[in-house]
Amino acid sequence: MRLSPDELIFWQYGFIKLNATIVYTWGLMLIMVVSSKIITSKLSTGLERSRWQNILEIIVTSILEQIEDIGLDQPKKYLGFLGTLFLFIGMANLCIIIPGYEPPTGSLSTTAALALCVFVAVPLFGIEEQGVGNYLKTYTEPTIIMLPFNIISELSRTLALAIRLFGNIMSGSMIVAILLTITPFIFPIVMTVLGLLVGTVQAYIFSVLATVYIAAATREHKHGPKTGAKEG
Amino acid sequence: MPLIDWFTVVAQVVNFLILVWLLKRFLYKPILNAVDAREKKVADELKNADAKEAEAQKEKDDFKHKNEEFDQQRSALLNKAKEEAKAEHQRLLEEIRKEASDLRAKQQEALRNEEQNLSQEISHRTQQEVFNIARKALTDLAGTSLEERVVDVFVQKLRNMKDEEKNQLVSALSTSSSQLLIRTAFDLPQAQRDLIKKTIKETLGIETQPRFETAPDLVSGIELTTDGQKVAWSIADYLSSLQKSIDNLLKEKNTSKAKTKSQTKNNKPRSENEPEAEQEPEAETNKPKLKTESEVETKPETDYNKPKSRKEPEIEQESDAEQELDAEQEPEAGQESAKQQSETKSEPVAKQEINPKLEPT
Repeated sequence: MRLSPDELIFWQYGFIKLNATIVYTWGLMLIMVVSSKIITSKLSTGLERSRWQNILEIIVTSILEQIEDIGLDQPKKYLGFLGTLFLFIGMANLCIIIPGYEPPTGSLSTTAALALCVFVAVPLFGIEEQGVGNYLKTYTEPTIIMLPFNIISELSRTLALAIRLFGNIMSGSMIVAILLTITPFIFPIVMTVLGLLVGTVQAYIFSVLATVYIAAATREHKHGPKTGAKEG
Repeated sequence: MPLIDWFTVVAQVVNFLILVWLLKRFLYKPILNAVDAREKKVADELKNADAKEAEAQKEKDDFKHKNEEFDQQRSALLNKAKEEAKAEHQRLLEEIRKEASDLRAKQQEALRNEEQNLSQEISHRTQQEVFNIARKALTDLAGTSLEERVVDVFVQKLRNMKDEEKNQLVSALSTSSSQLLIRTAFDLPQAQRDLIKKTIKETLGIETQPRFETAPDLVSGIELTTDGQKVAWSIADYLSSLQKSIDNLLKEKNTSKAKTKSQTKNNKPRSENEPEAEQEPEAETNKPKLKTESEVETKPETDYNKPKSRKEPEIEQESDAEQELDAEQEPEAGQESAKQQSETKSEPVAKQEINPKLEPT
């Protein structure tokens, strides 16, 4: 049995290969972009609007509110990155109800890629907000002694992000697959439902953590929260 | 087997970045724009509604204010109109009252004038008639003229004067430097003048050259005046008594007329116990010429309740008779009635006693 969809390779030319992770990601991207395009092409600005527009509005405004609640003053600026993180992960995890589908988030490559994005984005946003000097100074807070620990924290939390998401989704898929061989009826469905819940929670956790990191990087450092310590 | 495939990692990073860009373009931006537009729209509409509400409130207030103003104006105008109407009413009433009183005054004036004219006319005519009758009777019966007879009567008077009166006259004549003045209503022929002179000389024993004057207002009389003394005879007294009786008649007529007038004014139906109301207008429509006759005829019949009116026609008849007779000699009854008249009249014009009276003027 496969541990990750990376192992299902449709096409390979040298080190370039087209495995299930990339293909399903493309599929998800296609669905998301096309449906967004279709729905937003006929947006109404009046009080009457379609239910699809309503759903999208609710989703987008909820994400905005969440970002703002966590402590970012200009949520619209980070909406593209953080919103897409949540939507992509959530979408990938919810699609497990489609038979034959394998979530791209169940591949450590994908989660590592997302974690790398966060790892890069946090210092970028931080520098943009308060300059290189100020941002670099945050690693010496509260004292210079903390510098190596801060750097370790930065790396470890990125690793944690990747492994957490991968472990949850992969385990879910594995349980369903194992149960299918033991009790092909009922229990796989229950586990799939549990997988939906876990997937949604993981999507939320991933994006919220990314938001918190960015918020910590962009904020003034009088009382910068080091949330990485309590992640498990 | 490796859990991580680095090519896939790179590919997924690229995929993710592409997805971020695409979703930004196709999802977040349009949705946010739409939401913003809607919110703006809602805000605008709310603002509009607020503005409209404020406007409506303002208009309502304005309207209320105007309404109140209008009400006030209307009531003020109404009051004004009422007052004006009242004033106009008062004014018109006053005018009418004044007009009515003016009319009444005018009418009374006219009536008085008419009365006067009538009495003058009556006295004038009576005088003329009396003279004509007397003249004719005298010429027919005695072959003498009226003037002659008047002078004869006067001469008779002079002769019949009492002694003391004669003495008074004589003393007056002798003491005064003025002439003896004899005034008559007509020109005296020479013979008469001579007769008078002669009589004066005989009775008074004085030779005088009296001055003769003609005075029409003496009413066919003759009078002798000297300084403070007077001997006279005229028919003016008969006339005045006659006039008096006629005046009384007229007065009665006027009062009854006023009665009927007030009754017709009040639109009251005429009562049967006032027949004069019907008869009077008839008498009025008859011309003034006939008036005296009709009055004399109607009065005794209509005025039952007034004993005076019954008397008056008698008196009138008496006085008429007197005047007819007085060319000859005045009957005593006539003299008495004349005396009564002169008593009521304050002016002492009555000098028709048989014995001429000497009066201080």
